[in-house]
Amino acid sequence: MKSDNNELEGLARQGRWLAISTVAKSGAGHVGGPFSAMDILIALFFRALRIDPQNPKWATRDRFILSKGHSSIGLYVAMALRGYFPIEELKTFDKGNSRLQGHPDITKLPGLDASTGSLGQGLSVGLGMALGSRLRGEKFHTFVMIGDGELQEGMIWEALHIAPRYKLGNLTAILDWNGLQQFGWVLAINEEHRGDRKDPWSGIDLRGIFERLGWRCLEIDGHDFSQILPALQSAKASGDSDQPTMVIAHTIKGKGVSFTEGKHEWHSKVATKEELNIIAEELGIQEGLR
Amino acid sequence: MKAMRDVWGDTLVALGRANPNVLVMDADLANSTKADKFAKACPERFLQMGIAEQNLIGAAVGLASVGYIPWLSTFAIFFTHRAVDPIRMLVAQTHANVKLGAAYAGVLTGLTGKTHQDVEDLAIMRAMPGMTIIAPIDSTECEAAMRWATEYEGPVYLRLARDVCPDVFDPGYEFKLGKTYLLKEGKDVLLVSTGPQSQRCLEAANLLDQQEVSAGVLHVPSIKPLDREELIKACEPFKTIVTVEEHNVHGGLGGLVCEVLSGQSPKTVIRLGVQDRWGESAPNEYLLNLFELSPAPLCARVKAIVHPAT
Repeated sequence: MKSDNNELEGLARQGRWLAISTVAKSGAGHVGGPFSAMDILIALFFRALRIDPQNPKWATRDRFILSKGHSSIGLYVAMALRGYFPIEELKTFDKGNSRLQGHPDITKLPGLDASTGSLGQGLSVGLGMALGSRLRGEKFHTFVMIGDGELQEGMIWEALHIAPRYKLGNLTAILDWNGLQQFGWVLAINEEHRGDRKDPWSGIDLRGIFERLGWRCLEIDGHDFSQILPALQSAKASGDSDQPTMVIAHTIKGKGVSFTEGKHEWHSKVATKEELNIIAEELGIQEGLR
Repeated sequence: MKAMRDVWGDTLVALGRANPNVLVMDADLANSTKADKFAKACPERFLQMGIAEQNLIGAAVGLASVGYIPWLSTFAIFFTHRAVDPIRMLVAQTHANVKLGAAYAGVLTGLTGKTHQDVEDLAIMRAMPGMTIIAPIDSTECEAAMRWATEYEGPVYLRLARDVCPDVFDPGYEFKLGKTYLLKEGKDVLLVSTGPQSQRCLEAANLLDQQEVSAGVLHVPSIKPLDREELIKACEPFKTIVTVEEHNVHGGLGGLVCEVLSGQSPKTVIRLGVQDRWGESAPNEYLLNLFELSPAPLCARVKAIVHPAT
């Protein structure tokens, strides 16, 4: 188990490096969200999802939707590392005529399961896929990652209400609860915090709300593979149950680099050359791979 | 004659029985839209999604991705206003195979008033690349368009009326996307319309005949895509074109006709319809008179356009 986690941790470090260096090259993009989601994305693409990069349209593959579509670079990096396309192609991110659009676009890139970008919509699509899986008598599982900032969108709550009604045990939402959004609310003096802004859901019993809506909740540290992997396995194992699963992942925005952690300004920021050198050092990226 | 909503409900049942991939998803209006007929006939493929139209769209996209053909049931207003963002990003931008059954479109919404009268839907939906928009005139065309839409792979917005729409087409009618239909020939002026309003234009044109104004009537069921050449050709003999629609005069059929003609065959186009104002709760007859969409006021308006001095 330990060596397995070491491998995943290495991939996550590499993923963070590829994400931030790609954004730096393209001159725009998001960093904080992809970093908070990276460990879970790696766990999904390398362990939890039943997928085949060579056959992205495989009918009974597990589905994954990144509802917080602005973290697209994190998803692209995980897909590239998993072999959906060459890592080289990351250089085309956000450039014209690229399959790697600023927000995930299923009409461009095989292997994506939904187009996202306008926030709050992915969980509904996942709900439809899970419902379709049930109606078809299939066994595939659908995972949807949502953000805590995104959770302010009303449409998500529509899906949160309807999914338990259809007893969709084959649907799992993963809440990347990093506590920061693009601009957010300023902190009051002496207010408890995880970042430099107010957690949009501070003081609110989200778990209790989800549970009362009918979701089975698992609460984890979203950067600890020894917690991520069992949670994702447990979610899949309950695919035949009559309750959808909500994995509440406590994460840190900008996780992995000392000066990006907990800083709302790193929601979308381009690293300078000097910063990239420090980041590469911190992530332990070898000279030749930078 | 059946109300158009009954035609929609009955046709859903027929489509559902013929094709196991047809689903109906409802936002708690099935007994208004008449999707409840499907709920009764094929309960296992009727999905009640609650009063949550945005989620309705997203879930339909998920179901379409695994090969189902979801027909969605709610009022036009809730598709084009409440759920326009997911329709744009999830349906139009991905060309998802989702069929929007836009019930109660226009002003005849059964005494519900301006909150439920959608007079902007064509303008909104028409601006979306890749969207198909069909506004049938009667039962025959409604059924034919639904059969066509179910076979077609991609998003369709079907603009439906609530009530009885007098028959215009014979049962042998075949729906062809983009095509326009000349319902009546004329010499002095051409009325261009869509949906059940085309039939009211036909009645107005018959009244105009009695007053020695020869008005042609062109029915445009395919708001998008449209055979532009065919429209230009139909308008060619006329100096003046009058568009008439149960919709705001901005951005709908009138806008479409102006866009097509101005580039290739400029001529005077008078746009009749809802004159950029909100409606009110009232019986159909009252509303049609208020907006000058019923045959008598329409006849008077067109006559004044053709013979301004008299």
